[in-house]
Amino acid sequence: MSVTLNRGQVLRRLRLGDIAFKHITRTAAIFVLVLLSAVILALIDGSVLAFRTFGFSFLWEEQWNPVTEKFGALAPIYGTIVTSFIAMLIAVPVGLLIAVFLTELCPMWLRRPIGIAIELLAGIPSIIYGIWGLFIFAPFLQQTLQPFLISVFGDIPVLSTLFAGPPYGIGVLTAGLILAIMVLPFVASISRDVFDAVPPVLKEAAYGLGCTTWEVVRHVVLPFTRVGVIGGVMLGLGRALGETMAVTFVIGNAHRISGSILAPGTTISATIANEFTEAVGALYTSSLIALGLILFVITFTVLAIARYMLMRLERQLGN
Amino acid sequence: MPVPNISLYSRRRRRNSIAMTLSIGATLFGLAWLVLILAVLLWKGFSGLSLAVFTEMTPPPGSAGGLLNPIVGSLLLTTLAVLIGTPIGILAGTYMAEYGRHDRLTTVVRFINDILLSAPSIVIGLFIYEIMVYPMGHFSGWAGAVALAVIVIPVVVRTTEDMLLLVPDTLREAAASIGLPRSLMIGRIAYRAARAGMVTGVLLAIARITGETAPLMFTALNNQFWSLNLNAPIASLPAVIFQFALSPYKEWQQLAWTGALIITLAVLTLSITARILAAPRKST
Repeated sequence: MSVTLNRGQVLRRLRLGDIAFKHITRTAAIFVLVLLSAVILALIDGSVLAFRTFGFSFLWEEQWNPVTEKFGALAPIYGTIVTSFIAMLIAVPVGLLIAVFLTELCPMWLRRPIGIAIELLAGIPSIIYGIWGLFIFAPFLQQTLQPFLISVFGDIPVLSTLFAGPPYGIGVLTAGLILAIMVLPFVASISRDVFDAVPPVLKEAAYGLGCTTWEVVRHVVLPFTRVGVIGGVMLGLGRALGETMAVTFVIGNAHRISGSILAPGTTISATIANEFTEAVGALYTSSLIALGLILFVITFTVLAIARYMLMRLERQLGN
Repeated sequence: MPVPNISLYSRRRRRNSIAMTLSIGATLFGLAWLVLILAVLLWKGFSGLSLAVFTEMTPPPGSAGGLLNPIVGSLLLTTLAVLIGTPIGILAGTYMAEYGRHDRLTTVVRFINDILLSAPSIVIGLFIYEIMVYPMGHFSGWAGAVALAVIVIPVVVRTTEDMLLLVPDTLREAAASIGLPRSLMIGRIAYRAARAGMVTGVLLAIARITGETAPLMFTALNNQFWSLNLNAPIASLPAVIFQFALSPYKEWQQLAWTGALIITLAVLTLSITARILAAPRKST
């Protein structure tokens, strides 16, 4: 068979195969772009009805009533932002400190195991955090942290509203704390990678001047990696904003905005997860998809900023 | 010779030791959660682990049973998702690393891919609902598999590109110098050199989708009974855990814990295997 093929034919066949393969891979790469556009278009298409009915006041109406078919996104948006804020408040400092430990203090032989353990924490599926949060963490908080907060801040004017009410166990604070645990490994492992990228000469120079480890971190490592750290934090924030299952278990699913972070609330993702399959009527479904669109726009923005920051750091290191 | 300022010196040292103690504390705090969660899972999950879990169907409320149908459902959905998602991901990653290393398309795709990589998975579920479940008029296993595939793609794209970029260019040049066409060079040389890393990517993708619940809730839904029909709702472990954990029945809650243990062990095994596979590559 191969004897009958002459050299020209073989080469032509190879060239055709080459061109075909290149175009197939190119198509696959373009498919990734198409995928993201399709997600956005499908969400817009699904939420048209809700936005046409309620206008943009959908974004700041608090009422969410499936019976009268009045829907507003304010309570879920508020819950999403507050829970993510609590999460970042804890996860950022703790994550950065872990990164400092891993890059400056930890003995070499321990770095890899601890790093892997932290990354495994990031790999645990969110539904596991959810079931753990519901059965173990929430009852624990109900008996310990929450009564403590209520008794300590009960008489202080502003804080008494923030920590008002009976300790339910589940609620906004619990959701925020679980998110903190979930986001922590992200912030820690990205900050570690970013800290590792600092040229050793810079650190050695500072140590040579007699700086303490803390001073090296504070005045050399952090300024040098600022952009990357912000990128890592934003990446963690993106995860906290969109996290669904863990939050759904412990937030309490109450469509109202309460001044107290001990009260039950809801987030965008928890609302969708809880109500979507049971939603009756086109308007209800469309309102939930509109919530999804809002969530996607928020996380898209946050993630885009995060990636841009990390790309800038890479370029800075490249030069 | 100037007298050293002892108070300044000791203040700096004190500040340093406070910061270092805090960072050790933070690390212990972080690790404590991993230990706590695993300990609870083992404690609660193991007590319900028996042969019945793997041989019996999910029970009606208030009676004993197993997790056979959700386990099989999860395996089926995961396999399909990987079969759909991996080729697309590998091909896209190949373009970015081999053909368009410096062109604008690659930069844009990389950026968009990174966003897809961390996009909220519940939004993916809504997306598949809009394009598959709603037009077809019913929930289906196929929709669930496609939703998971959408999550697999960005993970595989990312690792394929990274791993192909690690392959030394001298190998490519050597292949080109003996007249090997580019597509054959990629297939026979580059893929082979990057194989361990690419397998790692697929394993990480599997680990990622094994526990995904949100994208399945509006696509594959759930199924109380034995079914392998991909045109109908199909059970999956995460969906069953969600349903059973929130139920008031003791037996169901116990099965939820056991299911959670199975998922976690699967995910941990996958990610540790992935890391072991990737390790020798990192050191070179």
